[in-house]
Amino acid sequence: MAKKASSSSKSTEGSASGEKQPFVWTRKDLLGLDELSAEEIVHILDTAESFREVSTRSIKKVPALRGKVVALMFFEDSTRTRMSFELAASRLSADTMIFTSKGSSVAKGETTLDTIRNVEAMGVDVFIIRHSQPGAPHMVSRKIEASIINAGDGAHEHPTQALLDIFTMRQRLGGVAGKRVAIVGDIAHSRVARSNILGLRKLGAEVVVVGPPTMVPSAIKAMGCEISHSLDDVLGEVDAINMLRIQFERFGGNLFPSLREYSKVYGLNTERLARCPKDVLVMHPGPINRGVEITSDVADGPNSCILQQVTNGLAIRMAVLYLVTQAHGPAEQT
Amino acid sequence: MNDLLITDGRVIDPASGLDEVTNVAIADGQITRVGQVHPKSRRTIDAAGMIVCPGLIDVHVHCREPGHEEEETIDTAAAAAVAGGFTTICAMPNTHPPMDDETSINYVIQRARQADLARVLPVGCITKRREGKELAEMSLMTEAGAVAFSDDGDGVANSSIMQRAMQYARMLDVVLMQHCQDPDLAGGHMNSGAIAVRLGLAGIAVAGEEIMLRRDLELLERIGCRYHVQHVSSAGSVELLRQAKAEGLPVTAEAAPHHLLLTDAACMSYDPNYKMNPPLRSARDVEALREGVADGTIDCLATDHAPHSAEESELEFSLAPFGIISLECALALYVKALISSGAMDWPALIARMTVNAARIIGQPLGTLAVGAKADVTVIDPKRRWKVNVNKWQSRSRNCPYDGWRLTGRAIATIVSGQVKYEA
Repeated sequence: MAKKASSSSKSTEGSASGEKQPFVWTRKDLLGLDELSAEEIVHILDTAESFREVSTRSIKKVPALRGKVVALMFFEDSTRTRMSFELAASRLSADTMIFTSKGSSVAKGETTLDTIRNVEAMGVDVFIIRHSQPGAPHMVSRKIEASIINAGDGAHEHPTQALLDIFTMRQRLGGVAGKRVAIVGDIAHSRVARSNILGLRKLGAEVVVVGPPTMVPSAIKAMGCEISHSLDDVLGEVDAINMLRIQFERFGGNLFPSLREYSKVYGLNTERLARCPKDVLVMHPGPINRGVEITSDVADGPNSCILQQVTNGLAIRMAVLYLVTQAHGPAEQT
Repeated sequence: MNDLLITDGRVIDPASGLDEVTNVAIADGQITRVGQVHPKSRRTIDAAGMIVCPGLIDVHVHCREPGHEEEETIDTAAAAAVAGGFTTICAMPNTHPPMDDETSINYVIQRARQADLARVLPVGCITKRREGKELAEMSLMTEAGAVAFSDDGDGVANSSIMQRAMQYARMLDVVLMQHCQDPDLAGGHMNSGAIAVRLGLAGIAVAGEEIMLRRDLELLERIGCRYHVQHVSSAGSVELLRQAKAEGLPVTAEAAPHHLLLTDAACMSYDPNYKMNPPLRSARDVEALREGVADGTIDCLATDHAPHSAEESELEFSLAPFGIISLECALALYVKALISSGAMDWPALIARMTVNAARIIGQPLGTLAVGAKADVTVIDPKRRWKVNVNKWQSRSRNCPYDGWRLTGRAIATIVSGQVKYEA
């Protein structure tokens, strides 16, 4: 009998016969790509593929989550991720509630867990959590029965962003295994970078992270990526470049001397694009700072897939919502 | 007539080098005889198969009183201490308000007397309000009964203030206990490294500890007061201490059970019970610490018992406070880390939990010498037991060892000749 890879043991539980069984999704939470097997990641991407078509219909709705309640808990600011999740839930016919709070909930006297418990008491099936503190969704998932989807936790993970990035690469590059992806920017503080590294490595891509040493901790190599401090050095051999947003609020933190310098050394412009392979894919998780990490002609040019990423985000989030609720069993279960 | 006779135990008194099966007699709160004697006694404890040793001492405990009595009080800390075999604990001054004057020192002494369990010896702040800006009234606090000084929780960052504190400590012949951490390199939540990067948590590099230790050793070389390094966490610090001791500097150090047993890999779960300051480090650091304790570079063992309320344990890792409780299982944790691992034997472990600690704080404790205060701990070295924090005396429950199966525990704790705890 063929040995099953240990990383996929969770998803193959119950198929002890070892023969080809249909893939069964078992997770009620999506906390990060760290705990997912390659098989699970591919399953999400394939599920998203089937949901992509829904958005092309004249009536853009399916009843998959009818009667389910999805609570969007945004303890940290977000516009696009929140709208994308909200629309994804609506397209699946779920009822949605939105909670937003700025700053630390502790400062307001209520803990994250208390806030969630209060909302859960209204009867919630899925919590989508965006939080400034890494591990917040993980902490909540230990105490809460409902499904938890991580919509970004501090500098830790942003799994749906990485999934939509990988989905887009798969679409545009015809696959990700063996491809080389550069992620450029403040890697140290980027959850997008971490989830992308984890997901891409699991699917067999090479990843090189690029930025000054103040933004690229050397220990990130343990996640399976390479490090470069020179964008110019990596341009010639990449299939995709993911440009991270430079956060102005970090400007005072001694991470880099000036925006001007950063932009000159690490910004993607037409000259640098010309040194890349012709079909290189230019990506950005948004919102973009035109003229800082990326120039307008590159962001809006033919290599860019920035808006396609946003479109794909919807399908990915529909797929994730669908899968985590299916893991509970049939919808009519009470 | 004696008050208490402890018979047929393996009596280990590292201060005198004694290690034999014999009896210990106690009267009027003092050790009266050690040897094959059977004087008349009001009470006898049969210690056959047990270890009988000087009462255990922990120089690093957070009693939280005054200010956070919902987390711990001097009473509950002292109860936890005797339940763990400790007859003496030092109370750290990061209370609210901080213990930075004689009134607060007197308060702790008075509350400890009322609790009447373990000895609770107050440690005063080095600087007023623990702000690191002005020296606290060290002379007056010493007169009131402070046995040491520390701004624990923070290191004294200002080199000029630290220099003056050392000058005062030298004049008063008291020990300064430093929490070595450069504040400019602090601000993180766990050890710097691959796991912190993966978890997206800000790191606390070993450099922050070693930089302050190096500076203090420079000052110490020039001033020469009694200087003690709290909860050493890094292999680099152990090496710095080893060199400093070789050079004859008057430096001592402690290690905490969690730094001898756990690594930063435990933080992968984001469980705040693994959030410590200094943080859990790498396996290499754990190994170096065990070696340091074994070869005497690290003089004593101290829990850094740090109670926090349940509310605080339900926070996100980065928002949760640092520290865990362990007074009631510390002995067994040391057994696991140091004896079961083969690093040392029982007499060596007991030396690090008794006389070595007593010498650091300059107290005539930690010995079974005739005439000494009758602080005695009886240990069952083979007792296997399971940690259940819900049964503990401590008022808090923040402990990563809940459910652990451990070996060795105190079965009787005697303070000044009185049995304060019996299992």
